[in-house]
Amino acid sequence: MGTQLIHAVVDGVLTGGVYALMAAGLTLIFGVMDMINIAQGILVVLGAYLSYVLSVHLGLDLFVGLAVTIPALFVVGVVVEWTFMRRLRERERTAMSILVTYAVALIIEGVLSIVFGVNYVQLHAWYVDRSVYVLGFYLPYIYLFGFALAAVLLGALYAMLYRTRFGASVRASLQDRTAARLVGIDVARVSTICFGLGVAVTAAGGMVFGATNAFNPNTGYDLISRLLTIVILGGLGSIGGALGAAVLMLVLEDVVSVVWSPVWSAVVFFAVLVVVLSIRPVGLFGRSMARAQ
Amino acid sequence: MNGLTPPTAGASRAGARLPGARRAQGVAWLVFGAFLIAFPALFTNPTITSIAVFTLIFMTSTTAWNAFSGYSGYLALGHAAFFGTGAYTLAVLTTDLHTPGGYGVFWFVPLGGVVASLAAIPVGLVALRTRRHTFVVITIAIFFIFQLLATNFSFTGSSSGEQTPTPSWSAAGYNDRFYYAALVCLAIALALAVLIRRSRFGLQLLAIRDDEDRAAGLGVRVTRVKLVAFVVSAFSVGMVGAVYAYFLGQIYPQFAFDPLFDLTIALMAFLGGLGTLSGPLLGAMLLEPLQQYFTLQFSAGDVYLIVYGALFLVVILLMPRGIVPAVTDFVATRRVRRSNLAEQVALGQGGTQEVASGPAVADQVQAVPGGA
Amino acid sequence: MTALLEVAGVSKAFGGLRALDDCSLSVAEGAIAGLIGPNGSGKTTLFNVITGYVRPDAGSVSVRGETVTGSSPARLFSLGVGRTFQLTRIFGRLSVMENMLVATQRHEGWLRSVLRRAASAAEVNHALELLDFVGLTRLADLPAANLSYGQRKLLELAYVLVADPQVILLDEPAGGVNPTLVNEIRDRIVELNASGKTFLIVEHNMEFVMQLCADITVMHQGRAILHGPPSVVRTDQRVLDAYLGGDEDDEELDDDVAVG
Repeated sequence: MGTQLIHAVVDGVLTGGVYALMAAGLTLIFGVMDMINIAQGILVVLGAYLSYVLSVHLGLDLFVGLAVTIPALFVVGVVVEWTFMRRLRERERTAMSILVTYAVALIIEGVLSIVFGVNYVQLHAWYVDRSVYVLGFYLPYIYLFGFALAAVLLGALYAMLYRTRFGASVRASLQDRTAARLVGIDVARVSTICFGLGVAVTAAGGMVFGATNAFNPNTGYDLISRLLTIVILGGLGSIGGALGAAVLMLVLEDVVSVVWSPVWSAVVFFAVLVVVLSIRPVGLFGRSMARAQ
Repeated sequence: MNGLTPPTAGASRAGARLPGARRAQGVAWLVFGAFLIAFPALFTNPTITSIAVFTLIFMTSTTAWNAFSGYSGYLALGHAAFFGTGAYTLAVLTTDLHTPGGYGVFWFVPLGGVVASLAAIPVGLVALRTRRHTFVVITIAIFFIFQLLATNFSFTGSSSGEQTPTPSWSAAGYNDRFYYAALVCLAIALALAVLIRRSRFGLQLLAIRDDEDRAAGLGVRVTRVKLVAFVVSAFSVGMVGAVYAYFLGQIYPQFAFDPLFDLTIALMAFLGGLGTLSGPLLGAMLLEPLQQYFTLQFSAGDVYLIVYGALFLVVILLMPRGIVPAVTDFVATRRVRRSNLAEQVALGQGGTQEVASGPAVADQVQAVPGGA
Repeated sequence: MTALLEVAGVSKAFGGLRALDDCSLSVAEGAIAGLIGPNGSGKTTLFNVITGYVRPDAGSVSVRGETVTGSSPARLFSLGVGRTFQLTRIFGRLSVMENMLVATQRHEGWLRSVLRRAASAAEVNHALELLDFVGLTRLADLPAANLSYGQRKLLELAYVLVADPQVILLDEPAGGVNPTLVNEIRDRIVELNASGKTFLIVEHNMEFVMQLCADITVMHQGRAILHGPPSVVRTDQRVLDAYLGGDEDDEELDDDVAVG
């Protein structure tokens, strides 16, 4: 039991890192644009399928394939933002964004179903099938590599945000879009790029997810519900919060799975959200709102 | 325009005030009602009546959903949880009580509605404390909890679902009973929607939609109002969920709790006109037969996912207020152009557009009535 | 005269910004009190604290001796404190009449409010009376969003009156309103005061305040620096400094134009 528990925690932390990456994208989009991208889940699946195609049909290594999939998904994000999200008027844009991205998600799911069918697939590579023995259990290399990837990308994201001028524009827009506009920041451009970035990270997340789980077009629902839970728990717009919440939730889920049963671990995931929001409607790390004046 | 008659929450636009328009509307509803009642006698083909049953189910669901989300501005994307609850209530109880197929089973339909409403109370209490966008997400999360619970509990049959009794009615006209059951549910849902709209309660909901904090500051009990509307909307949805279960004969967790259901009823309401009474009905009548057609024609149902998504995008981006308000606006603007110009001058509003929108007070999520 | 509204030592900081700094003020029953001060002196924040939209960091607010610090806006409303907003907050998609009716609901059970029609004849008449009082009757059926800025201010005033409050806090009632309407508004306030209502008015329009208010409090940088009748306030050096930033200027403050 002890080993299992440690295994669960380690597993949780490592997978949590990957989820954190995908959730960071989601929360960034919300922070800068006040929009919730429901399509994030299916985009992860899309990323996984793209990796699959590159790996199976072109023989590219999964990590190498990222050089293609990440830019590809960045483009997808930019196109979606430019075509649809821009048109949403300022008023009620969050609610509208939910509906619009949900529709986009449906379209992508439909296309994936037609192209790939509903059979489950999984990505393969030497580091997926081989494990390292550590702390009393076997850990597939992919978990470690995936975590490293997530760490690198998250680090890059932080570096971008805090070290570059563009990053400063993003942070300004995160705080107050109108004020940012007033000081000459092209908020529209910042938004488009952030949307693109937020989606691009799903390519990386998708690859790792696809290597560690069997997936099909329907997996998108499960993914988005988890990502949303993580993002809300961490506080919408807070990347650090998303990171913390992701690791926390994944560890919790894995531990519950070991201690209780895998069947209930998924329920716990959502139940935690409900419980937390009942007590603290702004999430674990969200800022509390003053009454509107 | 007799300012002394209490304006009903929804009929305060010039267009609807003229007695002729009012009567015309009344007649239209009567004709529509008569048509619905006579439908199975007119179209006896079971394929058609089957589509009609599903259409009625959706018309009810979207009307009920609209009565909450359309009026309050809180988009609930988890009503499928209540649909499934109603469905499972009927299925589980009839199985456990070994109820034989027949008319008796229909008594479980209102029961399904009641159970769904009861489930809506804790859900509402938790969800309605949050801000609007968090609210949407939490309704989605709660929906998934319901789905997972149904899949995992053995009393709900786990993933193999649950069966409902098979009545021994003849094949011809078999669907008709379900049709009328669904029609009754629709009538109830509409009655509730009208009741809400014309009441003080409805006015409070609409005020909450425009400015919740101000409404609270004026003494409106916002939590209570939102919760009641939420629970009431769950009732009708639960009822048709039960009808659905009985009609199908067998329910599975992923169909009784179908995430697509939520988007569908939202789309129908948006397409027809969020916040209007006839809008959701129109939306359902356009979309549901379409969906059924796709399911029947192409064995792969995935094409309709694409069509749905595309349709939704088109509606949201190009016709955000929906069909009914767009049409009523058009008609009303033409009427105003022909009307006495002096009337406008007398009101001293000059450039103000007098007729803002059709019979609906609660315009869609984006538009503010045009004008000065 | 007893103090109807009492604010004692209220402080509030937003992040590093001290909006209110040990601010105290009291309004006697039956008075029309004015609250003036340069932009940023904390007037609206004080209103927000009094009416429950903002919780103070320190200090207390009491109405008729009863402490209400930190109570919700709804509670203040039920205690007979009414308030308007600088940027008018009305229900845009509802008609003017419906806006009034939202304010007329009483504390009845939700079941009754569902079954009741939107308004009884008595309530409609009451609403019409008030609309008449502010001169908006002919616009009763228009969506509130169609009203001009000045008309919205009048609507806000009407709404506040629906619940028949004892104390009315007006946040820039004359701001951005054309001069004819300003006189209307002033006359209404006088009428209401004559019938027993107490007012606390924030305004930039000096002429308006000096003519209307017997009792004026001046705020500067979050605290009340002076309290007195117009004649005193008008010539006090501290007030001039606050407005003019310390310039030695003998001009009287009597021709400030209304600032929107």
